[in-house]
Amino acid sequence: MTDSAMQPPAARATAGAGTAIRTEDLRKTYKTPRGDVPAVRGIDLNVPSGELFGLLGPNGAGKSTTIGMLTTLVLPTGGRAWVAGIDVVADPVGVKRRIGVVTQNNTLDMQLTVTENLEFRSRFFGLGTREATRRAHQLIDAFGLGDRRKAMATDLSGGQARRLLIARALVHRPEVLFLDEPTAGLDPQTRVNLWDILGVLHDQGQSILLTTHYMEEAEALCDRIAVVDHGEVLAAGTVDELKDGTGADTVITVRYEGEVPDGLAADTGLAGRPGVGKVETDHDRIRVFASEPDGVLGELVAAGARAGLTVRDAAQLKPSLETVFLNLTGREYRE
Amino acid sequence: MTSTTSTMTPPAGDAGRPAAAGASTGPAIAALITEAPVPQPTLAKTFAAMMAREFRVLRRNAVGTFTRAVMQPLLFVFVFTYVMPKIGGGFMFGGASTAAGAGGAAGVAASSVNFATILVPGLMASMLLMQGIMAVTFPLVMEFSWQRTIEDRALAPVPIGVLATQKIVAGAAQAFIGALIVFPIVLVVHAAGQAPHVHVTNWPLLVVILVTASLLTASLGLLLGTVMDPRKMQMLFAVILLPATMLGCVYYPWAALHQIRWLQYLVLINPMVYMSEGLRAVLTPGSAHMAMWAILTVLVGGTVIFGYLGARTFTRRVLN
Repeated sequence: MTDSAMQPPAARATAGAGTAIRTEDLRKTYKTPRGDVPAVRGIDLNVPSGELFGLLGPNGAGKSTTIGMLTTLVLPTGGRAWVAGIDVVADPVGVKRRIGVVTQNNTLDMQLTVTENLEFRSRFFGLGTREATRRAHQLIDAFGLGDRRKAMATDLSGGQARRLLIARALVHRPEVLFLDEPTAGLDPQTRVNLWDILGVLHDQGQSILLTTHYMEEAEALCDRIAVVDHGEVLAAGTVDELKDGTGADTVITVRYEGEVPDGLAADTGLAGRPGVGKVETDHDRIRVFASEPDGVLGELVAAGARAGLTVRDAAQLKPSLETVFLNLTGREYRE
Repeated sequence: MTSTTSTMTPPAGDAGRPAAAGASTGPAIAALITEAPVPQPTLAKTFAAMMAREFRVLRRNAVGTFTRAVMQPLLFVFVFTYVMPKIGGGFMFGGASTAAGAGGAAGVAASSVNFATILVPGLMASMLLMQGIMAVTFPLVMEFSWQRTIEDRALAPVPIGVLATQKIVAGAAQAFIGALIVFPIVLVVHAAGQAPHVHVTNWPLLVVILVTASLLTASLGLLLGTVMDPRKMQMLFAVILLPATMLGCVYYPWAALHQIRWLQYLVLINPMVYMSEGLRAVLTPGSAHMAMWAILTVLVGGTVIFGYLGARTFTRRVLN
């Protein structure tokens, strides 16, 4: 916070226009009595303006620490980061002016009503009293909190609180919106509702970074995803790029009328064929993992017929982000 | 169970994203971006808004805060300057004329000083400490524990040090108000003939003492709030508030402690002593009090030291 604090314009120029978030070898190591605990070990991100970017990873992967550093509440121990073109360490106030943050925990002001939470937040960001009230009402209406206007923040349901947290993060029209596990612990309706809201914001060009450990959330919402584990980015790209790039297999499952006899799997001749990975037998079904799935289904049906088993149903599952994710994080564990 | 797993794969690409929100909310959400006011935050505006928030909460909790603030000093003066003189005559707290009483012990400089006169500045100082800590420490411990609601305020567009300063100023304002509420009570409640001798000759000095003492307690409150373990909050009373008050020259003037030399020196580490003595000097000049230079040095110096240490630990705990 010494040299660079003197030259915010230089820091601003580094990231260039049109970049919402950029990090270079960003690191955070916590010092504890038991020794140093690395939470983030050199993350490089580049999120252009207007993108909805997801950090996907299991609990303890370093997602929240990364968001913490980007939102100035966690001090990096190495590397650099810029948000909206501003260095997070050199000019934290400049960054705070330009970001909206929805934390994982409920940080609403419990002493205030729903309206007051929005009004005071607006005023913290420099709006006049009347403007703040107008903005609060606009947000309340858009987020469907009209009948909870005068409720104390303590009296809101989980879903209402989450909506208010997001509304509050938007009061000053932030350049970049950060959401740390925005749908954790919400019921499916509220969750899909929030997805809709994020979709609309994204369509309006809002830059968004969200963390999640729900694959389907990342898959449904994000333009690009970085899979994070143990403080490192394991893979990054669009959902399709991740699926193509990580060697995840298509899974072909065939379910027969009865128990699969021993030897049927071998009879298919699939094991050992190029482009076919594992062949699993599981009670009444056989599951095949293949990078080249053509013809696999036919073999399974034919082998069943030879053994006198009719097929009850069959499914061919393209690699999901989940298989990608488990592939990546699984590989990490084996090392 | 038909075509079991295929439903698990959402369509690839953009089609995977849910359609825009229902016709009612979609445009309203979009308008939040397109029709947004342009904020022009400045440090002064943000600071003022944070203070406005404190006063909104204070006003909302006014009855509770007032009751809590008033009960202790009210009962204290009632028992010691009304009940005791009535039931005991000159016994114990009867006042000036009996050399054995607490008031009598104060007879170092002015033998005409009664217990009520000693209590007026003492209880006001005690009020400052209570309110300063109640207003800063308790909310802060809450904000740092559990949901870490402190993060909300920490994301306001000001440096964290300003946030710490704002906590001190807001706490000091509450302590100041508390002292003003106590003043008429301790002035009015007493038995006949037990009226305190209050005589303010130097009003500006009174304001200075009140303001610096308020800031001192709020700074102490900030420091305690950032170092206290929330699970040990009840220790605050036993280890800090109670000794600070009982050994803070609230119920006796410092000069009277000359009978117990070691204690007279020991209590000098207690900031409360200087608050009581400062108010004693400006409110009841008739009673013996410590030298003003010592009082002001500690009140101002203590505010600076506690404020600095409090802001430092505060910043360390907000930014991790």
